[in-house]
Amino acid sequence: MNDPKEALYYIDGVDVPETPPARDLDQEPWGETTVVGKPLPRVDGYERVSGTAVYPADMSLPRMLYGAILRCPHPNAVVRSVDTSAAAAMSGVHVVMSGFTPSSRALQAHRQLIESNLFNPHCRHEGETVAAVAADNPYRAQDALRAITVEYDVLPFVADERRALEPDAPQVREGGNQVSDTQQYQRGDIEQGFVEADVVLEEDYRCECEIHTPMELHGCVAQWDGDSLTLWESTQGVYNVQAQAAAALGVPLSKVRVVNRYMGGGFGSKLAAGKYTVIAALLAKEAARPVKLVLTREETLLAVGNRPPSNMHLKVGVKRDGTLTAIQFTGTGTGGSQQAGGTSLLDWIVRDLYVCPNVRTETTDIYINAGPARPFRAPGHPQCSWALEQMMDALAQAIDMDPVELRLRNIPTVSQGRNNIPYTTTGLRACLEEGARSFEWQQTKDAITTESDSHIRRGIGVASGLWVAGGGGPPSTAIVKIYADGSVNLNMGASDIGTGTKTVMAMVVAEELAIAPGDVQIEWADTGSTQYATGSGGSKTVPTESPAVRAAAIDVKAQLLELAAGEMEVDASLLSLADGKVVAGGDSPKEVEISALRSLRRRGSVTGIGYRGPNPSGKAVNPFVAQFCEVEVNTRTGEVNILRFLGAHDSGRVLNLLTYRNQVFGGITMGIGYGMTEQRVLDVDQTGKMANKNWHDYKLPTALDVPADMTCLPIDLNDTEANTTGAKGIGEPATIPTAPAVANAIYNATGVRVTGTPIDPTKLVSALAAARGED
Amino acid sequence: MAHDRRDHDEKAADTSGISRRGFISRVGAGAAVVAVASKASAESAKPTETMQATELSRITLTVNGQQRQVLVEPRWTLSHVLREELGLTGTKVGCERGECGACTVLIDGKPRYSCMTLAVEAQDADIVTVEGLMDGEDLGPTQEAFVEKDAFQCGYCTSGQILAVEGMLGDNPNPSLDEIRIGVSGNLCRCGAYVHIFQAAQRAAELKQGVGGES
Repeated sequence: MNDPKEALYYIDGVDVPETPPARDLDQEPWGETTVVGKPLPRVDGYERVSGTAVYPADMSLPRMLYGAILRCPHPNAVVRSVDTSAAAAMSGVHVVMSGFTPSSRALQAHRQLIESNLFNPHCRHEGETVAAVAADNPYRAQDALRAITVEYDVLPFVADERRALEPDAPQVREGGNQVSDTQQYQRGDIEQGFVEADVVLEEDYRCECEIHTPMELHGCVAQWDGDSLTLWESTQGVYNVQAQAAAALGVPLSKVRVVNRYMGGGFGSKLAAGKYTVIAALLAKEAARPVKLVLTREETLLAVGNRPPSNMHLKVGVKRDGTLTAIQFTGTGTGGSQQAGGTSLLDWIVRDLYVCPNVRTETTDIYINAGPARPFRAPGHPQCSWALEQMMDALAQAIDMDPVELRLRNIPTVSQGRNNIPYTTTGLRACLEEGARSFEWQQTKDAITTESDSHIRRGIGVASGLWVAGGGGPPSTAIVKIYADGSVNLNMGASDIGTGTKTVMAMVVAEELAIAPGDVQIEWADTGSTQYATGSGGSKTVPTESPAVRAAAIDVKAQLLELAAGEMEVDASLLSLADGKVVAGGDSPKEVEISALRSLRRRGSVTGIGYRGPNPSGKAVNPFVAQFCEVEVNTRTGEVNILRFLGAHDSGRVLNLLTYRNQVFGGITMGIGYGMTEQRVLDVDQTGKMANKNWHDYKLPTALDVPADMTCLPIDLNDTEANTTGAKGIGEPATIPTAPAVANAIYNATGVRVTGTPIDPTKLVSALAAARGED
Repeated sequence: MAHDRRDHDEKAADTSGISRRGFISRVGAGAAVVAVASKASAESAKPTETMQATELSRITLTVNGQQRQVLVEPRWTLSHVLREELGLTGTKVGCERGECGACTVLIDGKPRYSCMTLAVEAQDADIVTVEGLMDGEDLGPTQEAFVEKDAFQCGYCTSGQILAVEGMLGDNPNPSLDEIRIGVSGNLCRCGAYVHIFQAAQRAAELKQGVGGES
């Protein structure tokens, strides 16, 4: 990966349209704001707590059937035959299809979605689709799946990427198990850098595979009206799903409408259509009835994405004064049996986070017989952070320097990974300094007695990070309409995946038009009725959409004030909006209710259009972060109690402090899961199958695993270059350095460094015993 | 129900082998009574008859204070019936095996996973879903607290979280922070809104006692 444009995974495989340049309207950066930045509750809070929000899984249509998918139980097998006759004869079963039925083959192969056949005759991972049914209710559908008989030729498998390049390893695909050539990056002279170092440390790190498992299961409802298809899909991007479903089905874009009002989380796993999307459409077509197809939790753990496991080796040189002289990074990973970005962005933090003239990285993506990766909240970054931030901690100790201070000695002002172009703002120093002050880093450090005899040990840890994307960019189109009665409508294509997008956009409109955010009615995420937007992901939704929304609001305001100027016989430049009125300043102050404007009444409404303008050329727009935590470790049991967390974030201007804080705490919570509880367990020796494909054995963090004491410290450097709202993304950076911050705190408490995730009590207690010289 | 539970149990106990009725009576006597006693497809159930899994039974559920008659297969879960038969989709399903709590409802005031409760088991009980916490179109105090504290992101676990808090406050109107954490620990939130959920539970306790709110 030599071009950070690959970071735009959220438009991977999708043709993104260009939009016209933003209109030449006054879009100076905001100074003081009246609405933007406030901690306001969500404009759709009522719907989400009352049960009235309709998620795709909640949809019900007349004559609707329920779909279900039969999946391969083997990690590697060829489907010899599928006998669907018993299932098809069952009462209440309307459609049964497999790779041997004609309709399933009437499809275009589509990258990442359909390789050769919707029901691939060669199943290269457990959970590959084999057959599907539609029945009167979900129980009948499951009955029908059980009645299908499949003959498999079960083949040898490899389920561990660390063994997959051995000469005798079974081949996942023809041509070997290495996905492509090893990706390399180099700057400076790495060998010379190590010569100049006073201390050189080397370490191996491993991150286990993490699975998204959003609360709402993946799925959709498909309905045909003649040759037009409507999909109510749980997705982060309706236009992505439209393009992919249309291509796979061979249907014009205009005849595929994708709607996504509410959705129950995605974290990257719902940026694209799934095979299930196409299967639901085919089942509905064949049944001539709507079909709801919602996966089971087991299916979502097997087949719809994960954060790939990573094996990393770091060698870093540092001078006694804290100057980094050389970083060498080697990483391998696996996206499963498909080309799915097993090492995507894995080395970016090494390239870009700290000043270092000499850097060399190598990453190698490997096939194994396991479910495909999908983008997962900051692809590659938490893994690399796990390695580099623990290494920084170790280096600090080796040169007897405070770990915050070591990071402060290496703050970049330019993006070294992008040929030294400057960042618009680099908040890393402020994140570290103000974060440490607010956390009382030094005082806490002084207070912790390392000589304690108690088996309960306290420790503190720090880790910092950046996110390669998070600046957003074109295209985006938004429409703001003001009606004759003064009420306002916002039309945008972006999904609100739970991050508060709708609320933030309503606040942007409210800021410009001087109304209450709750008075902005929003139409969103519907390819049939809203404007083009890229998928909501990559921490780029707010920085992408908010400038377009602001431009649309400014456009409508300009038109409105021109109308009012004629009526009020005042120059438009003297007019402004306040509380639903047009107000004229100057020598003869007067005001008119918007709803009283005759010219507006004649028109019925005024429509403003906003386009997302380009990002500043020759600059990088990235968010930065430093997180701090304090832990208590029981050295007898290996249990870790995380006492408190602080996230100091430079994500530009905060548009809503309440939802921003929620993102920070949510990112920390997910990072705690990554570091402490979560891992996909594959039975690599015996069966190749996943051993923990449920939420009992795949452990998400619960309310008891996170500290109630969390602090969010926004660092706002007033970025006037990034875009016209000054916002950078927050979702991704909030989870990047969390796990290594905990690992560093555990080291601080115990003197034991755990280099593999997750740090569960079993692993930690063994490491503690080993450190004491016990077996 | 006109049928005597004890009478049925004795008959079930006589049945050898693994008739469906015998199986059900071991799982839960109440369920067996219902499933057999009010079978919709026969005028009168004969004691020796074995039911098919897909035969429908007529049951009455008391949901949010209303009696709802519904035809169910004995194997259908309460969450399925609430969502797909009664249209109460505020109750969400995340795992269908009692791991996530998204389907939490109150059964006789206690938070219960409706995916782990058969619909036929829930007869004679008072069932409250998130829709039942509303006062007409107005939010109840716990719902209000969740909005105020932004105690959710995607909102998919939220109904379950709210009912877990509602049930906890029914037992313990003044929970400590630790009690709150334990009270919602059976409900997963993948967005990670736990800290705000703790705050919302504290706020809900206040609102229910008339502190600082209109409720």
